[in-house]
Amino acid sequence: MMNTICIMCPMGCPLTIEEKDGVITVQGQTCPRGKKYGEQEYSAPVRTLTTLIRRADGGMASAKTSAPIPKDKIREAAEYVGKLTVSADSKIGDVVEENFFADGVNLVITGIA
Amino acid sequence: MIKKYDVVVIGGGPAGMAAALSALKKGAKVLVVERDVRLGGILNQCIHNGFGLHYFGEELTGPEYADRFVKLVESEDIDVMLESMVLRLTPDKKVEILSPEGYITVEAGAVVLAMGCRERTAGAIAVPGTRPAGVYTAGMAQKLCNMKGYLVGKKVVILGSGDIGLIMARRMTLEGAKVELVLELMPYSSGLKRNIVQCLNDFDIPIKYAHTITRLEGSPRLTGLYYAPVDENRNPILEKEEYVSCDTLLLSVGLIPENDLLSGMDVEMSPITSGAVVDENRMTSIPGVFSCGNVLHVHDLVDNVSREAEIAGGAAADYALGNVTAGDTVSVRATDGVRYALPQRITKGGEGKVDVFFRTVDVYTKKRIVVEVDGNEIYSRKTMILAPGEMEKITLARQDLVGDVIVRLK
Amino acid sequence: MKTYDCIVIGGGVVGTAVLDRLAFHDLATLLLEKDDDVSVGASRANSGIVHAGYDCKPGTLKAKFNVRGNHLMWSLVDDLDVPHLKCGSLVVADKDNKAGIDELYDKGVKNGVEVEVWDKQKTMSFEPNLSDNIEWSLYAKEAGIVSPYQLAIALADRAVLNGAEIHLEEGVTALERKDGLWVVTTEKSQYLAKTVVNCAGAYGADVNDLAGAEHYETSFRKGEYYVLDNTERQNVETVIFPLPTKAGKGILVAPTADGNVIYGPTSHLCDLDDTSVTLDGLQDIRSNVAKTYKNPVVRKCIRTYAGVRTIIGDDFVIGESKVVDDFYMAIGICSPGLSSAPAIAEHLENLIAGDVALKDNVVTRLPRAKRLSELDGDELNTLIKEDEAWGRIVCRCEKVSEAEIVKAIHSPLPAVTVDAVKRRVRAGMGRCQGGFCATRVMEIISRETGKDITEIRKGKKGSNIALYSVKEVPND
Repeated sequence: MMNTICIMCPMGCPLTIEEKDGVITVQGQTCPRGKKYGEQEYSAPVRTLTTLIRRADGGMASAKTSAPIPKDKIREAAEYVGKLTVSADSKIGDVVEENFFADGVNLVITGIA
Repeated sequence: MIKKYDVVVIGGGPAGMAAALSALKKGAKVLVVERDVRLGGILNQCIHNGFGLHYFGEELTGPEYADRFVKLVESEDIDVMLESMVLRLTPDKKVEILSPEGYITVEAGAVVLAMGCRERTAGAIAVPGTRPAGVYTAGMAQKLCNMKGYLVGKKVVILGSGDIGLIMARRMTLEGAKVELVLELMPYSSGLKRNIVQCLNDFDIPIKYAHTITRLEGSPRLTGLYYAPVDENRNPILEKEEYVSCDTLLLSVGLIPENDLLSGMDVEMSPITSGAVVDENRMTSIPGVFSCGNVLHVHDLVDNVSREAEIAGGAAADYALGNVTAGDTVSVRATDGVRYALPQRITKGGEGKVDVFFRTVDVYTKKRIVVEVDGNEIYSRKTMILAPGEMEKITLARQDLVGDVIVRLK
Repeated sequence: MKTYDCIVIGGGVVGTAVLDRLAFHDLATLLLEKDDDVSVGASRANSGIVHAGYDCKPGTLKAKFNVRGNHLMWSLVDDLDVPHLKCGSLVVADKDNKAGIDELYDKGVKNGVEVEVWDKQKTMSFEPNLSDNIEWSLYAKEAGIVSPYQLAIALADRAVLNGAEIHLEEGVTALERKDGLWVVTTEKSQYLAKTVVNCAGAYGADVNDLAGAEHYETSFRKGEYYVLDNTERQNVETVIFPLPTKAGKGILVAPTADGNVIYGPTSHLCDLDDTSVTLDGLQDIRSNVAKTYKNPVVRKCIRTYAGVRTIIGDDFVIGESKVVDDFYMAIGICSPGLSSAPAIAEHLENLIAGDVALKDNVVTRLPRAKRLSELDGDELNTLIKEDEAWGRIVCRCEKVSEAEIVKAIHSPLPAVTVDAVKRRVRAGMGRCQGGFCATRVMEIISRETGKDITEIRKGKKGSNIALYSVKEVPND
């Protein structure tokens, strides 16, 4: 059994997750996203990474993963981003890397500082 | 020649931009005055996700949320003054603006205040000890990090569990700092629950509730600090003092609406929110002066800021264009565990629905939110948990608001 | 090795005042300061009050220099364009303590100070926010307030304009006599001087020891303060003292020349350089302020601070050493040191340079600094046409423009730290305490001095604000 708080939205529903005979049940959520989150959090937790990337002109761009990646890869992914440099004319929406620490997930520029 | 606008919006952050767009839709000629070199306000430095789920139906980062509004403002017929600061606002809605182009006075049909808020500082809460480098508000550290690319330190303690502090705990951790501890004076978090989970728990950062700092050490740079649990009167229990070594202290101990511009104007203010007292259109006690976003009351969610600003911007346009008739109002009063409710006044006799926002005094479990008019319950909702850190919304039918409204917990 | 006619050790308000007076003469002068700016010790952290001089023991140096200093101060701060207000002062007492007021009155008369005893009605009509139990007061019209750090800074600036040199971050490590001269060794260099003046504040006795001059035992008393938001200024008309005690002048309520209000100081023995604020001290202030002032509003606090007064015996130590040659002292300058500084400087000037000719064409009056917060629209537009930086507000709380900050960075004694800029133009001194503007000030200093952001300091060496560039944080 696992007790946690749903992070899908600011509501912060308290979840109780149980597995019985291979079936995961989630209680405490107030929407379907909470159920999905609970199931995922129990079996293979994931998080969205938001971070900074150095620009070629010395400035900074902000970036995120287009979808959550495995939680245990977050620190490694953040360190990896530290070694990247994007072009000075990067703009919001540019894809920096595809399949970034998870299949089908992109590292995307979110803003120019 | 004095320029004239129907609506002047002071502040180009999320509130200001949404207000301007809303005023434009109603046919107003709009000016936005922004202090920074770009629109977007504090959103530009909030590179984390969690914005827009309610407003756009998808999860965005701060800069992305801002960008959607910036693109709209820039594509529409809205005048924007950047690097411009309003030095004075008069009750007859003359707006005196300083910018690198000069000092001008603009006449406004209506004014929307959207200046946001500032952070409470170490000085304001009189943190004892030395006054070294290394002690910053979380927002300043966030700006230096996310906008300028500098990390203020790497052995960090955070005082207060406001959302910016929690977010910075994760940001600094991911940039290579070690966050030793979060201290919160109250027995509960003032930030969103999910930020405790994803910013602290995910990185094994401990948070100590009902604790505070008793002494800072180090000069010229912070080298460590003493902290202690507090008693029920929030006084530190010095016998239980402990020490933690650190080079940085970030403060996330509250946000204060930045209403300095209103000093000298006779606007009715709420001592609880530190913002103006407003009606359902977010109009202040001075006709034609509206307030929205964090300058009115501090929000948890930018989505709510945008919505509130749309109300204010639209109403400001209506006012300026002469499309309003003043009516009697009923007052909205908070009591029994409800710290404040906003708007504080609602015009009588309207149709449709009106949203009332409120925060609680303390953490409450299994309480009923009750709204009464003339002693009759017109609204009731059961809740599992209510916390001061999370703003609540109730939707009332305007036809029910025949007398003064009381919002309470039962 | 360069030879100076006079080297002043210590850049507090006394050291800068002495340097300023000497710089009028045909002398090569140098001031050595161990910290990053002038006025960073007791001269920065005090009450900023120009005392009238009624409460010093008659016949002491304190009485003599305070009364004369007060007399010199008001034209000095006008010449130097230092924020000030001659707002008078009140010592207040309840019905049981009229005798204390009378005693002060007598001392005031003996010291040659204009003082008046006021009854409740007159007192309250002048200062309506006093506690209800106040019945009597001693009014001194010559008292007032100045910005103490801006005074020291302006003195330093004028001295530099008149040819004096100031070397910052050069603490003196040795003083030796050689061939009738002083060899002054610092952390960085060595100089020769015909005369040395010890104005080293908290380190005054140490510098005396280095020189082999008179030995003094020093003690230190900490004074802690609350600074309140400038919206509280309207409620305080004058400087409000309780009756003095042996420990000092007591916890006062006063406006500051910067437009705030202070409550303080406490008075507790402490170690040298211990400028920490304590829970007990703050409590002490809160409980004592209420005795004289009706509505203390500690929740309007924007900052706390503490300063250390250096005490040698019961009086100032001022004059020429009787043990070593060509060595002058102005040490043990605790309260009323700020008020006395102009007179101490005048006295030492007479001793050291009495017979030295004055320079031609000295600067006596500093140009009036323009402050955005005091300008009207037309004046602003004229300035912005010349320099658009006047139209860019950096510090929103205190309304300080980029132009003022740039000017401070390039002033005669340049300001190169965030606190040095703050002391000169008030950027970061308001209610957000630099939360919004410190980043901008750092960028402007970086741009104007060519230093990287990570090199920009709050103040002293080692007070760098941001330690690392993102993505270049060392692992350890």
